[in-house]
Formats: sequence, C-alpha cells, structure tokens
Amino acid sequence: MDAHETVRRDIAHLLSEQRLATLSTCNAQGHPYASLVAFDVTPDLAGIVFATSRATRKFANLMDNNHAAMLVENSRNLKSDIYEAMAVTALGTISELSGTSQETAVAHYIRKHPHLTKFIQAPSTAVLQMAVDVFYLVNRFQKVMEYHVGRKADPAAGRDPAG
Amino acid sequence: MSGEKLILPLAAIRPDDIALAGGKGCALARLEREGIRVPFTIVVTTGAYQLFVDTHGLQERIFLELNRKAFADMRWEEIWDAALRIRNLFLTHPLPPALDHQLQDSLDRRFADRAAVIRSSAPQEDSAAASFAGIHESYVNVRGRARIVDHVRRVWASLWSDAALLYRQELGLDPESSSMAVLIQDLVVGAYSGVMFTVSPMQDGHSVIEAVPGLNQGLVDGLVMPARWILDRDTQAVVSHTPSTQSQAVFPADQGVRVASLAEPARQGDTLSSREIELIAEQGRRIESLFGAPQDVEWTLFDGQVTVLQARPVTTTAAAKSDKRGWYLSLRRSFENLQQLRSRIEDELIPTMNREADELAAADLDVLDDEALAAEVRRRVDRNQHWSNVYWTDFIPYAHGARLFGQVYNDVIKPDNPYAFADLLADTPMESLARNRQLEELAGIVRAVPAVADNLRHGRLEHLPSSFHAALDAFVAQYGTLSSGVTGDREGGLADSTLVRLVITLAERSPQPPIRKSVDHEALVREFVEAFPAEERDWAWSLLDLARSSYRLRDDDNIYLGRIEAQARRAVRAAAARLAGGGSEKAGAALQEALALMPLEKAASPDPDPAISPESSLQARQLVGQPAGPGMARGRARVVRSPGDLKAFQSEEILVCDAVDPNMTFVVPLAAGVVERRGGMLIHGAIIAREYGLPCVTGVPEVMQFVRTGDLITVDGYLGIVIVSPSSPGADRASTSA
Repeated sequence: MDAHETVRRDIAHLLSEQRLATLSTCNAQGHPYASLVAFDVTPDLAGIVFATSRATRKFANLMDNNHAAMLVENSRNLKSDIYEAMAVTALGTISELSGTSQETAVAHYIRKHPHLTKFIQAPSTAVLQMAVDVFYLVNRFQKVMEYHVGRKADPAAGRDPAG
Repeated sequence: MSGEKLILPLAAIRPDDIALAGGKGCALARLEREGIRVPFTIVVTTGAYQLFVDTHGLQERIFLELNRKAFADMRWEEIWDAALRIRNLFLTHPLPPALDHQLQDSLDRRFADRAAVIRSSAPQEDSAAASFAGIHESYVNVRGRARIVDHVRRVWASLWSDAALLYRQELGLDPESSSMAVLIQDLVVGAYSGVMFTVSPMQDGHSVIEAVPGLNQGLVDGLVMPARWILDRDTQAVVSHTPSTQSQAVFPADQGVRVASLAEPARQGDTLSSREIELIAEQGRRIESLFGAPQDVEWTLFDGQVTVLQARPVTTTAAAKSDKRGWYLSLRRSFENLQQLRSRIEDELIPTMNREADELAAADLDVLDDEALAAEVRRRVDRNQHWSNVYWTDFIPYAHGARLFGQVYNDVIKPDNPYAFADLLADTPMESLARNRQLEELAGIVRAVPAVADNLRHGRLEHLPSSFHAALDAFVAQYGTLSSGVTGDREGGLADSTLVRLVITLAERSPQPPIRKSVDHEALVREFVEAFPAEERDWAWSLLDLARSSYRLRDDDNIYLGRIEAQARRAVRAAAARLAGGGSEKAGAALQEALALMPLEKAASPDPDPAISPESSLQARQLVGQPAGPGMARGRARVVRSPGDLKAFQSEEILVCDAVDPNMTFVVPLAAGVVERRGGMLIHGAIIAREYGLPCVTGVPEVMQFVRTGDLITVDGYLGIVIVSPSSPGADRASTSA
C-alpha cells in the first residue's frame, strides 16, 4: 500500500471509529470558540456531518463565519498517547443541509449515533456539514501529513449558513 | 513495589521468583539451597529497576525514542543512536532515595573494599526457548561502591542496547514488558575457569568441558582459545581432548580485566587434571538433574573445588541452529579488535589502495591495442570490486571505533547530550574538508578578479591567467572535475564541469570566515582523560586516538575508494571512445563485453511517486527523522537524486538527499542545512554538517518522496524534524488537488 492509500485509510479509520470531534469556530469579531460535537463522515471523506441547536454559540459563530476546524483524535489519557495516539484536523467550510441531502445525511448519522435520533430530528436542530478542504493527519508525535480530498460539486447539498 | 523487595539476598529468592530476580538469579538461588558452591550474591531486583524507571518517567521516554518512526524503518545505525540516548538516560538520572539507601547499605556490608562481578539477570533471558547469553552486559572486577552502582546502571541500560532491541524483535518479545534484575557477586578468581555443556550442542550423546587459565571472561568473550574435553554423557569418560595452544589468559586488573601472557608451564595446554574433570562433570550432572534439563554451566576452580558462577538451560540443537545472536553480538567490537583492524587499515590497506590508484592513474591507456584495452577494463573493474569488498569487510566495521569511544565517554563523563563526544572527534583533518578548502581558495581568486569569473562563465578556459589555470589543474589532478560524484574522475571535461560551476557559485557569495568552533577541544579532552584514574589515562588517550582515526577514515575511505573507481571509469570511457571510432569486429566484441561490466551512469534515486489520485492528493507537512546536527535553517530544497543534480546547487539551499557520500559533499559549504533519508548520527551527511555547523536531520524515510527541489523547508536539527511549507512558489510540484 502506498503512502497515499495508507494516509487515506488511517483517516477513514479514525473518523469512523471516533464518535466525538472538537469543533473550532470563530465569530465575526475574530473570537474563537471550541465545542464538542457528535459527528459522522461521508463515505468519500469529503464531508463531516454534525448537528447543533440553532440557539448555540457555535451555530451563531458559523452564521458569522462559515470557516471552521474539527479535531478528531484517539488518545486514551495515557502517557503512551504521545507516540501511540493519532489525530486528524479537518479544515473546511460549513453549510446547513436541507432536502434530500439532509435526509441522506441524517439517516447515515443515526446509524452511527442511534441514541441521538430525537436530537437530530428536532425542529430546532440544524444539520450541518463541513465540506473538507484538507485533512492534517498527525501520528508518532510529530509526523504531519496533509491530505486533500477532491470535492464533488453538489449544488443541492445545502445553503451557506452565513449567506 | 514494596521497599523490601528492592535488594534481596540469594537465600530469599524462591524458585518462582523469575519475574523478580530473573532466570540467572533464580538458578543461583536454587543451587545455593542445594548446597552447590556459588559466589556470594545479592540481587538488585526488577522492582529496583522498575522504581528507578518509574521515578524518572524513563519508560515513556524510551518508548518515545523507539516510536519516533516504525522500528522496521530504522537502520541499525539509528537503533544504535536510540540505544545510546536511552543508555544516557540510565547513566544521568539519580537513584531514588529508597533504592540508593538500601543498595548503599548492602554494598557497605559486603563490597566496601571487595571486588564484584555485576551480571544481568533479565526475566526473559536464559529460558530454554531463547538464550540471551552475551546480549545483556556483565562486568567483572568492579571495585568501589560508586563504580558498582554505575555498573548496575549500565546493566539496566543493556536491556535497551542495539543488540538487545534487535534480538527481542527477532524473537517477537514485547519490549514493553522487559525488565532487568542485576546480580552483584563476589569475584572468585580460580586457577582455571570454563564452561560445561551437559549435552553437547553438536552431539546429543556427549558432554563438553572447556577450560582456560584465570578468568572465564577470556573464554566467554572469545579472547582465549580454551582446552576442550568431549565426554561420553553416560559414562563421563573422556572421548577426546583438544589442548589449548593459547599463550594468554584473562586476569583481574586494578579495575576490570586484562589479557596477560602466561608463564611457560601454564602454556602446556593440559589445564585440568582428570580428577578436576570428574569434579566438574559430576557437578554438571547434578545441576542437570536438579533443573531437569541439559545445562550450560559456567564454573571456576578455586581451592580445589568447583564454584558455579551461573547455570542456564542449553537451547535445543534446533534452536541453536536458528540462533542469530552471533550476528547481533558482532555489532560490538572490542578495543583490542579495533586496534588490530586499525593497523591493518592504516599500515596495509590504505597505502596499498592509494599506491594502486596512483599506478592506475599513471598508465597511458592510449598505447593499448583494443584487446589489451578490453582486458584493462576488466582488470580495473575487478580491482574496483575488490576494494569495494574491502570497504565493507574492513572499513565499515572500523567505524565502531568512534562508537566505542562514544559509549566510554558517556560512561565516564555522563554528559546531558549523549552526542557530546562527537565534539572531541570533529576538527580531525579529513580529505573532504581539505578538498573543500581548496575549492574556497579557487573561489577566492575568482572573487578577486572579475575577468576570471567572466571567462569561467563563458567556458573560455584558454583566457584564464596561467596561475589560476595551474591551480585548477592541480585540483583536477587530485579530485577530478566533480561531475560524476567520483573523486578523481574527469568525466565530461573541465569547461562545463560541476567544478567550474561550483567555483563560480562559491565566488558569488561573500568570503566565508573559517568554520566557527564553539567548543574548547583541549578542555574537553582534558576533562575526558582526567576522568580516568592515573593508571588508565594512557588507555584513555589510546581510545581517543583510535576514535579520531575511525571518525576520519569513515569519511576518507570513500574518497580513496572513489579514486580507484575513477580509474575504472577512465578505462571504460576510453573503451567506449575506441568503440565509437570503429575497429576490428573481434576487438569490438571484447570491448563491448568489457563495457557491460560497469555502466558509467550511476543509478539515481527514483523520482518521487506523486501518489495523486484524480480526486485527492497527499503532501508532507512535517516529517520526522533524527536530530543529527543542532540548529534551525529555512530555505529552498535542492533534492539530489544523482551526482548531476549537484551542479545546480545554489548558495543557502537545503541539501536533501537519499545518502550523500564524501565524494559529493563539496556542495555542503554552500548549504544552509542537510536532510538525509538514511539515518544515523555518524553517517557522512551528519559528520560534514557538524563540521560546518549546519542543522542536520537524518533518517527521514519519506523525504525523497515528498520533498522536491524548490520546496521551502525548515530543518529543525534540535528536534529532528523537517517542516515543509504549505505553499512553495517555484516548486516543481505536481498538481496538488483535483
């Protein structure tokens, strides 16, 4: 397996095995905020789906600025994490899903997080998707690889929450 | 771990205490209980090891060292480097107070003024399945409490030596569960010592006794050829006897051991009487029946009685066949062995090699007819192969001289930086540095006289001042035109050579001050030598001298080998020219055949695989290697895949290469930093980077795949990482995304 395939496999594995990600957003004044979200990843790795109440600060920040980062990692709070843990940082833009895109994403999301069915289906919840520009995979403490995912254009995929 | 389990007398060790006292410790305890004579022994348990390691968080630091990259991606040199850094952790951290107190107390009671033997006793070693004999360290004749404690640390550290790491990997043993108990024993100096295999590894129906005068160390380390008796296993009758022809033996010195000549009567070879052989054989049988398996017993004869130093199971014949410890043990070379190697290299091999290169260079190939030329090509290719073999069999192992010095330096000085020893080796006169100084002198002339630069740029060599031309010719006579990356080769002529291009590039920058040395060599040498007791200082000087010679030869041998190769290439080029000019069919066939023996084009490192799928791409942002030269530098990468790439090298670029050898390090004075795929602190790239004070990172497995000429990169020589900037204007990178 070449390096390209290895990195893609490692990213896909981490994103499918982990349930929570740290979402970093920024408001219009440039103030940062970090929060924990339950996420799901699309099979092509191009999108990361999560949900939040429209009343949350992260949603407000995304209304101001749809650029965000998400961190997913598998540390176990052990000393050996420093060389055993793996982390993926995804950078991209976030939009709210609607219509069939939302239905497909929610169905997939519920398979990973069945206990969050009511939460994601609530009228006050926004279903959001990060269109990933780039992943940074960090392992062995300091090795960092940059993986660019090609995005397939899908005009119906959703609307820009800031737009 | 409870405090009372840190240090134990042999009498307190139970048969199932292997996890606490190791295999050797448990075996000795059993023998003592059965009334078999063994040396007085105290056991520094694995609990003590664990307390030391836990107190300082060493386990995590060890695994951080060993997990910087995949173990399979680490070359032996890198594993040795990691082992050296780990060893330093054991040498430089204090014992926890509870352990220190108990150990000092035990040593006061028995070893305040008594010589000790410090032996490893790891729980994993000495099982029937795997023998670690010789893999972990043991030390004979250590005197003084501080020294004994120092040697306990060294035995702990030997759990993580290069040989131990590789051997455990081979056996599939989990390093995370590795631990080490240490035995501190009375030194018993018998008249004769030896080993007994109750079942011969060669033939099941036999037992074997081997004996040497003095200490067993001579036999175990292979320094003294023993006398050997083969016994019938059932009757204990002597089947055959091979007397020793050895005139030397190992005896205790003030500290440690020394090889000494034997007085005439002791040289006769019949070291043991038949009664003594019976005694040893009887003891061996008894031990075998105690443990219920064939045993490898180390013994010494003291006061007419057998004292058993250690006993361990004989690994089965089948296991012995696949036992690769010999290879791992060959990774270590003794001072004496290296001194012999040095004499051979310096007194015989290098003078012969240089003489041969001169003779080959002096021969006029034009006077040879076609068939004679074809024969000459074959001869020269053969000679090149011969010297290349010598390089691998003699020159490469001699690099252990610098490593042995590094280990001894760290043992006595205990520096924070485990590579501080390299400061005492740097600044030795090396061929590559002399060549680079000559290049700087040529550049100085070009810098001073603009017309010279102009003529060089336009290939008008005939317009160069005669003094400069003479200097250029003198350089070429010694080092060649630098175009092929083979010292002494004149491929391609002078006008368009890498040499001319390099001199112009060197001249375009301002004159360089002499290489700055931030260390006081004399003070370092003084500190090293004075760390030894007065009677050992001559040895310390000899070791330093050996290490400097080894360090210098590590670089110079490639230049010498290059000169031989250059002469083979000269003959190949002459043959190719002759063929191009026509000639008889028969001679042409001979020349063709000869040419096929040595391609002139050197194999280049493969081009990177862009690994780009239609919809995604991969880039490196930060790659991990080993810190091999302190400092940080940022600049454009110049990726050298073949010697031809050196010609375009620009000032302040970062040299990125698969493996640079001294025939190619003439660009290093121009470089801002060095990155090498091949790993190690004592490889050529690291050596020359240190000489020029350049940041250097080695052992970056993917660097040739992910870094391209023109990429903006940062070399962090402190942490051993290479950072690739996200956007690199000017880079010839393939498209980065779909």
